[in-house]
Amino acid sequence: MPIKHPNLKLSRLTDALPAWTGDISPDDLHEICRQVHDGGGRLVALWGSDARLQSGGFKLHLVLVNETGMVCLNVTLSAEQPMYPDISQIFPAANRMQRATYDLLGIYAQEGHDHRKWLRHGAWHSGSFPLRKDFDAAASRIPLPNPPPEGEGTTVPSPAETGDKDKFYEPDDYGFVRVEGQGVHEIPVGPVHSGIIEPGHFRFSIIGERVLRLEERLGYVHKGIEKRFESMSLQQGAKLAGRVSGDSTVAYAWAYAMAAESIAGVTPPKRALWLRALLLERERVANHLGDLGYLGNDVALSFGLSQFWILKEQVLRNNATVFGHRYLMDKIVPGGVTVNLDVEGKHIIERECDMLEQQVRLLRGIYDEHAGMQDRFIGTGRVEPKLAAQLGLCGLAGRASAQAWDARVQFACAPYDKLNVQMATYRNGDVAARVIVRFDELFESLRLQSEILAKLVNEEDTPLLLEKLPGNGFGIGMVEGWRGEVLVAIHTDAEGNLTRVHPHDPSWQNWPLLEHAVIDNIVPDFPLINKSFNLSYSGQDL
Amino acid sequence: MYQILKQIIKTGIKTETPPQTDEAMRHVEQRLQQEILDAFGGALAIRQVDAGSCNGCELEIHAVSNAYYNLEGLGIRFVASPRHADLLLVTGPVSRHMEIALKRTYDATPEPKLVVAIGDCACDGGIFGESYATCGKISNVIPVDVVVKGCPPTPSAILQGILTAISAKK
Repeated sequence: MPIKHPNLKLSRLTDALPAWTGDISPDDLHEICRQVHDGGGRLVALWGSDARLQSGGFKLHLVLVNETGMVCLNVTLSAEQPMYPDISQIFPAANRMQRATYDLLGIYAQEGHDHRKWLRHGAWHSGSFPLRKDFDAAASRIPLPNPPPEGEGTTVPSPAETGDKDKFYEPDDYGFVRVEGQGVHEIPVGPVHSGIIEPGHFRFSIIGERVLRLEERLGYVHKGIEKRFESMSLQQGAKLAGRVSGDSTVAYAWAYAMAAESIAGVTPPKRALWLRALLLERERVANHLGDLGYLGNDVALSFGLSQFWILKEQVLRNNATVFGHRYLMDKIVPGGVTVNLDVEGKHIIERECDMLEQQVRLLRGIYDEHAGMQDRFIGTGRVEPKLAAQLGLCGLAGRASAQAWDARVQFACAPYDKLNVQMATYRNGDVAARVIVRFDELFESLRLQSEILAKLVNEEDTPLLLEKLPGNGFGIGMVEGWRGEVLVAIHTDAEGNLTRVHPHDPSWQNWPLLEHAVIDNIVPDFPLINKSFNLSYSGQDL
Repeated sequence: MYQILKQIIKTGIKTETPPQTDEAMRHVEQRLQQEILDAFGGALAIRQVDAGSCNGCELEIHAVSNAYYNLEGLGIRFVASPRHADLLLVTGPVSRHMEIALKRTYDATPEPKLVVAIGDCACDGGIFGESYATCGKISNVIPVDVVVKGCPPTPSAILQGILTAISAKK
């Protein structure tokens, strides 16, 4: 059992992962978090739920992990004063999650020093909370200022000026931290960016070309995903989970299925698990190929972009031929998979792995030897291992800063327990390190695919269909996606319907580190540094 | 340098024939005159706007630029500002937090302009629908000329949608 505390009784979840859950009171939260932190543990996710109908109050849920397993703590909060002690002093990554939890549910961290809104921009009233069961969507809607201003887009009269505060949508009233001093100026970027990229706002404070500070403002693609889940069946929910962040659709669908299977107490057929791993590794390969191409392009080696994207296109086409979808959406469902692999499909993947192995090795040689490219990569956008550990950097970017954590290794659930995944880590924490980790993981994924194909059980499975979940259940699933650990938690009500689903993207942990990585770099290097992290907006905006 | 040149020559030309236009993708009838379409057809500038997608559609819009579909080979390119654009390629659903930004982007694009909605969510709200946080389909917020369905639509379908938008009505 990973945590010991006199007031904490943990019970083991029937989960593919070593996972426990336990209830605590808000008074014990600090002590337990401190204990986990001092033992080298991390905060993975934090969310809240409205349990006023069942237990008369709200609940705060947080998932902590250490080397021995993961624990989901449930903190009961009163209905009238739903507050809990701020834990962002212990786990800095909690800051934005706590603020988002307030925006969506109205439960708040006491004594927290940062109470700015995070996911709510002004589309709904500050006093109404979408994830409360009694939320009235129509009544809480804040309309756009009407009529919309003609021509000059930036001169919307501020609602504060017109005396209509809280009556109209106010997009820009966010308390950015200002950097002052001689020669400092600001560059506001976004939400609509100049490339083909998701929307978000970046506020740079600079002197000359040098970045003194970057502050992110996200939440632009908040689509109400968590509220949407509550009206969905288990099967519809699987589709939605696969669209939390399109580039990680396999990881989300698997994590969702794992959480559902944990509640139902079932294990999917063996062959289905092997196929899931095959799909997950193919997703990793496709994304790493795309990123390696763009990283070349961002340092003006467009040769890299065209070469890697030819390879990526071949992987996507093979996905379409063998599995019926270029990004493998909706192929993992609770209880199993909706695809099979025949002999011909196996040959296609084998040939593809051989081709990629040879081609990527050649391209890596070119990248390594290219002086101009290495000059831009090395030392750029550095996150020191110490800072990474302090702020909880995870996933691929974490491994490039010596954070040796990979859910496929630490919590190797089937079939990874038979695959002996070799984790790729590096110490330098710069763009070059994140490129190296991508190359290493790509080769490892190719090896894993070959091994999966060799070990894939041939027996015909009896498909396991999960129609509905048991009542009052709770389950978590965690999968190491290409970007990092993707977690999905499911709560069911007395009838077994989805009453709360929380998908968590590793981007929550890693976005704040991007702010640190760009300090003292020049503005033109920002696109490169940003791409080397390649974080999800949709996954964190929900 | 030698390695790069050798690899380029070995790779050869991958570009495939572009797809035919498809009238079924039109949301409204072609509004633009032949002369304008001819000018657009020669060099079309596109501004892509993600108004709230899950980023799946963005992956395929990136893919349209790869060597197989070779968007730039057709005289079409992505530009960094709506003020340089002839056509907006919009993915959605439109989140309420992007509603103003999308309208401003549309207003900043000079006339004559075209809008192509990419993906199921952009066409009808998709799996996210309309809610406290989303306005649903793109045409709920700005006028749309062509819709491309799919989750996400294939690069060929996206290319087809763009070509349909700049083609005359048959």
